[in-house]
Amino acid sequence: MNDKLHLDKAHLLAQLKQMLRIRLFEEKCAELYAQEKIRGFLHLYIGEEAVAVGVMAALSPEDNIVATYREHGHALARGLSMKSVLAEMYGRTNGCSKGRGGSMHLFDKKQHFYGGNAIVGGGLPLATGLAMANKQLKKSAIAVCFFGEGAVAEGEFHEAMNLAVLWQLPILFICENNGYAMGTALALSESEINIAKKAQSYGMPAQQVDGMNVVNVEAATTKAVQHVRSYQQPYFLECQTYRFRGHSSFDGQLYRDKAEIEQWKKHGPVKQLKHWLIQNHQLSDSDFNGIESEIKQEIIEAINFAEQGQWEPVEDLCKDVYSPATPKINIKAEQGGLA
Amino acid sequence: MKVQTNSSQTMTYREALRAGIEQCLNDDERTFLMGEDVGRYGGCYGVSKGLFEHYGAERIIDTPLCESGFVGVGIGAALGGMRPIVEVMTVNFSLLAMDQIVNSAATLRHMSGGQLNVPIVIRMACGAGLQLAAQHSHSWENLYAHIPGLKVLSPATHNDARYMLLQAIQDPDPVLIFEHVMLLNNQGEVFNAPDADMEKALVRKQGTDITLITYGGSLPKVLMAASALDTLNINVEVVDLRCLRPLDNHTILASVKKTHRAIIIDEGWKTGSLAGEISAIIMEQAFWYLDAPVQRICTQEVPIPYPSHLEQAALPQVEQIIRCATTLFAGEQ
Repeated sequence: MNDKLHLDKAHLLAQLKQMLRIRLFEEKCAELYAQEKIRGFLHLYIGEEAVAVGVMAALSPEDNIVATYREHGHALARGLSMKSVLAEMYGRTNGCSKGRGGSMHLFDKKQHFYGGNAIVGGGLPLATGLAMANKQLKKSAIAVCFFGEGAVAEGEFHEAMNLAVLWQLPILFICENNGYAMGTALALSESEINIAKKAQSYGMPAQQVDGMNVVNVEAATTKAVQHVRSYQQPYFLECQTYRFRGHSSFDGQLYRDKAEIEQWKKHGPVKQLKHWLIQNHQLSDSDFNGIESEIKQEIIEAINFAEQGQWEPVEDLCKDVYSPATPKINIKAEQGGLA
Repeated sequence: MKVQTNSSQTMTYREALRAGIEQCLNDDERTFLMGEDVGRYGGCYGVSKGLFEHYGAERIIDTPLCESGFVGVGIGAALGGMRPIVEVMTVNFSLLAMDQIVNSAATLRHMSGGQLNVPIVIRMACGAGLQLAAQHSHSWENLYAHIPGLKVLSPATHNDARYMLLQAIQDPDPVLIFEHVMLLNNQGEVFNAPDADMEKALVRKQGTDITLITYGGSLPKVLMAASALDTLNINVEVVDLRCLRPLDNHTILASVKKTHRAIIIDEGWKTGSLAGEISAIIMEQAFWYLDAPVQRICTQEVPIPYPSHLEQAALPQVEQIIRCATTLFAGEQ
């Protein structure tokens, strides 16, 4: 399917499973939302799975990830357990952010997963700062920042692009271009709709990638990561993708045609890879059913885990606003009052 | 800077700030200073003058003019294990970085269920008095003091200018430091250790009749008013808040319970001010100790004007403090 990436059957099946895992998880989340088990906003990643799955496969465990509020897929692909992600969406203490964040704020320090940021564009300077720390502390880790094409209109996008190139920071920018910032089409909000070109204008290598094809995404990311690590320079990928569902649970989708959605669904990331594997005799229907039932079992276990999670006692309401008190530095014996 | 024999040194407030930055840089390799013109230019207000030459471009980092960008980078660097000191040229420009300060620095610990913390210090100049007009003269400490997750410091003395940064950089959470521009050139004493924990208010002058509560650039005015009131037989106690979030309610209330009267002097506008907050705390927790209504002396409700006479008319003044205090005793004299 693509150049220079050594892919075996096992890996492709693993990628298919990972994408299907996100797809089925998100579909279940929509149901659980309808049942009011999950509240707040719910932004589903259905249709965009190839981006998170393709990118994560090319990263090292110590790399720092900054994602957006549509980050369930990124969290799962990064290795956060489905249990801890779902429990977080239930608002329980066994969630990955102890229930304080919800769907939009999934965090896991051990996995170097820095959210879950719900201010559009806000994650870009943060990720740039993580890259700066990695560089100054001479770590081999790189920072990887996911954001939507809507963020490109924000000043923080341009500030981060400039700083990353100016200071030669090891960061990989992944623009998930799904065509719509909520309901506003890219052409209605940007004077230049080729986003990779914008990044290039700051002096960093950038390319457009078919974000519906997981192999293409992984191949492009592998190349990009190599560049970032070896040259300690930023790199930019614009992954062109599409969300099959609305922006959030409250979206009537008045801004786009059903025909457009159906057109994109024809080459959906799960369908595409599944079809290719079957055509090339690498996957049978029963193999696929086996994968699907494994995932469904995982989902059932995640629901049980979330249902059994505890509500944090109200007495703990103000916990984790500040860090626990630390030892103080010496204070001089006599007070320095002016009287 | 001249060395005195009694283990204290006299220096300007600016020099005290610089000495604090130097100690932070010397103590911890993870610390760096970043901001607009902090390096080659020496800092807009000259605070970081000479540091670039000594510490080099990797630790004294000149940034482009992008407050949200470089403050956000500082927050990210803090998450990644560094201990950044970020200088925002003035509080007025910090509004461009408010998203990062409020939505990222203040929330990340909480949103992550306590997994993350953001050990960043953000310094900024504040206050009026230099005829810089309505976009360079404001005092918005109260905006930041409103935000859970932040700590907000206002060093009013030279010793606090010297040591509060050191205390702030050792704090695991985001700390904002407001440096009033009218203090920068003043000479004052710096000792060999901090006056107190950074979160503690201090009684700068003991008294029995009335408590004047203030912070930052207003402290010298309040101390002048206090001396004048002493000569009028009104024995004033002066509380320097030092930390605007969290407020040291204990020290405020202990003083008011002793003196039974309070005036709050605050360079912010009265509407929605810190002065209002402190007044409410006194009302809620020391109402029955009061012998007179709590008074507030704040900046007039106008953007700071350019001409000196109007600028001064807008700001709290020594005469105003004296008049307000004497009025509270008018019935008894």
